[in-house]
Amino acid sequence: MGIDFIIAAIITVVGLTTPILLAGLGELVVEKSGVLNLGVEGMMLVGAISGFAVTVYTFNPWFGVLGAAAGGALASLLFAVLVLQLNSNQVATGLALTIFGTGISSLMGLSFTGRIVVPFLSVFPESLAKHEYLQLIFGYSPIVYFALIMVPLTTWFLKSTRAGLILRAVGENDLSAHSIGYSVIKVRYAAIAFGGAMAGIGGCYFSMVITPMWAEKMTAGRGWIALALVVFAGWRTGRLLAGAYFFGILMALELYAKASGFSFLPSQFWAAMPYAMTVVALSFISSRGTAGANAPACLGKPFLPST
Amino acid sequence: MTMISRRTLFKGAGAATLATLASPALADDKVKVGFIFLGPIGDYGWTWAHNKGREAIEAELGDKVETIYVENVAEDASAIPVLRDLAQQGCKLIFTTSYGYMDQTLQVAGEFPDVKFEHCTGFKRADNVSTYNSKFHEGRAVLGTIAGKMSTSGVLGYLGSYKVPEVVLGVNAFALAAQKQNPAAVVKLVLIDSWFDPPKEAAATETLINLGCDIVTTHTDSPGPLQILEQKGLHGFGQGADMSAFAPNAHLTAIEDIWGPYYVERTKALLDGSWASTDTWDGFKEGTVMIAPYSKDVPADVVALADGVQAGYKDGSYDIFTGPIYDQDGTLKVKEGEVMALGDLAVIDWFVKGVESAS
Repeated sequence: MGIDFIIAAIITVVGLTTPILLAGLGELVVEKSGVLNLGVEGMMLVGAISGFAVTVYTFNPWFGVLGAAAGGALASLLFAVLVLQLNSNQVATGLALTIFGTGISSLMGLSFTGRIVVPFLSVFPESLAKHEYLQLIFGYSPIVYFALIMVPLTTWFLKSTRAGLILRAVGENDLSAHSIGYSVIKVRYAAIAFGGAMAGIGGCYFSMVITPMWAEKMTAGRGWIALALVVFAGWRTGRLLAGAYFFGILMALELYAKASGFSFLPSQFWAAMPYAMTVVALSFISSRGTAGANAPACLGKPFLPST
Repeated sequence: MTMISRRTLFKGAGAATLATLASPALADDKVKVGFIFLGPIGDYGWTWAHNKGREAIEAELGDKVETIYVENVAEDASAIPVLRDLAQQGCKLIFTTSYGYMDQTLQVAGEFPDVKFEHCTGFKRADNVSTYNSKFHEGRAVLGTIAGKMSTSGVLGYLGSYKVPEVVLGVNAFALAAQKQNPAAVVKLVLIDSWFDPPKEAAATETLINLGCDIVTTHTDSPGPLQILEQKGLHGFGQGADMSAFAPNAHLTAIEDIWGPYYVERTKALLDGSWASTDTWDGFKEGTVMIAPYSKDVPADVVALADGVQAGYKDGSYDIFTGPIYDQDGTLKVKEGEVMALGDLAVIDWFVKGVESAS
């Protein structure tokens, strides 16, 4: 088991982790604003086909990523209108968004099945990534670096900026935020659109990087793992990053265990691990009492001001 | 987890409704034939091939027959309302095209005794339920021959879905054929618990490559693994259909599932009243299994070997399940000169020597 082996395994883990990290970061911001959007899977699928389609037409993966972000954001705005303007139930509307996203992405993708694009891999000069150690640093798609940069940026935004403070205020106590003059609806629109864009970029990682093609339902449930991840992380960005890599390592471990012939645990155990770990994390958080308060107080509740 | 199952349920219900909406009230003199598909018809693999078979019915018998299909039907209880819906729409013959629809097919067949059912790759029959299957393992023997001859590491990867007889047969045929070319060849097996999960298929392919496999064959339905092999400059095979468009250099050849002739034959039998419950298991000889054109990377001597296997299956002189065959523990399962019976093949649950697997 040489160093190349470990590096190749790490690259696989990064590939498994990046999409759920992106979608999870977006969802974290949405939930921090007090909105629960269960439509992550749908938005990822719309992002996957949007990114792929734009890349096919423009031959430019950068435009593809922008297209994926736009597609995911557009899908999320549909959800936003329903839950913010019409005060529909967030859980039901989120589930509907997943079903809608699955359907609309299949429809959009009809003319794109069977086509391929050039995978959106490392943009660094090849000489940089030649050595195996350097490959570990320079060998990824730009989307991977984007995801990693977005973690501290989101932390900084939520913790240290005025806008982030307002967003958290809206999520913790929407009526108070409203009474001192902040527009709860506008803040939540912005948060939902950001979540949609991030889910879209996460989705296009599948259709433009891992397997550069379009296939219906190609995200295969990763949106649900991203949702579990936000809860697992206790709505903290740093823990979200750690959690995403933890889930990614679990997924890779399953494959390595199987390919190496280990059968000490049934594979269903591995598949259930992200969800089981989320339950464990939730129990742990709530057993500590005060730390459980990290869940935004207005999460999932409609905003119904009296004035 | 409940969310996921609820989502699937919604989708099943949605799909059923769509099927209802999608069938126009045409003149009723046409006989309706229904299909339920596991994946999307655009998967370029399993479901795509079954849909080609459906199109063959339309092409040949389109003046007498109308076909209806429902895609993305999960292999759980949600298949039952979809099947009932097809029967209530007036389908006289319904093809259920995946193993996991077995009990659902039997149940709905019991409720609609006048409707004929055809279940693909299963083993439970009734007066109005036939089963049909394809000897994919004959194709796997061709792929194994090519892989065994072309691999430089002698370590081959096999990416499968579940431990069901079809996959076990495929793994065994592939491994045995590879060992005929290279007695030291080993096959590393990963079963990913899904027929269609491109990111997981891709990650599993990367894993197999990292563990030393230089040729990976897939028994899951997406072209994802081939795209990984393409990026790494290695080789693999298409599954269910020619997938060379997805990986022009990595794609050596593919097993193509040709369902059209069977579907047409059974529909004709329905029309002329000769339909009876049967168990069909066709292969190269009947044209149900075909090998896609070889890529330029397959050397002439390997092509000759691969063609020899196909010819042998067609004239009956070749059978990969000819003894001696040992299982993973080295126990002799099939004696020298004996050939495994079809009945034993249909329920096989052990892997041959040289297969490295987790279970």
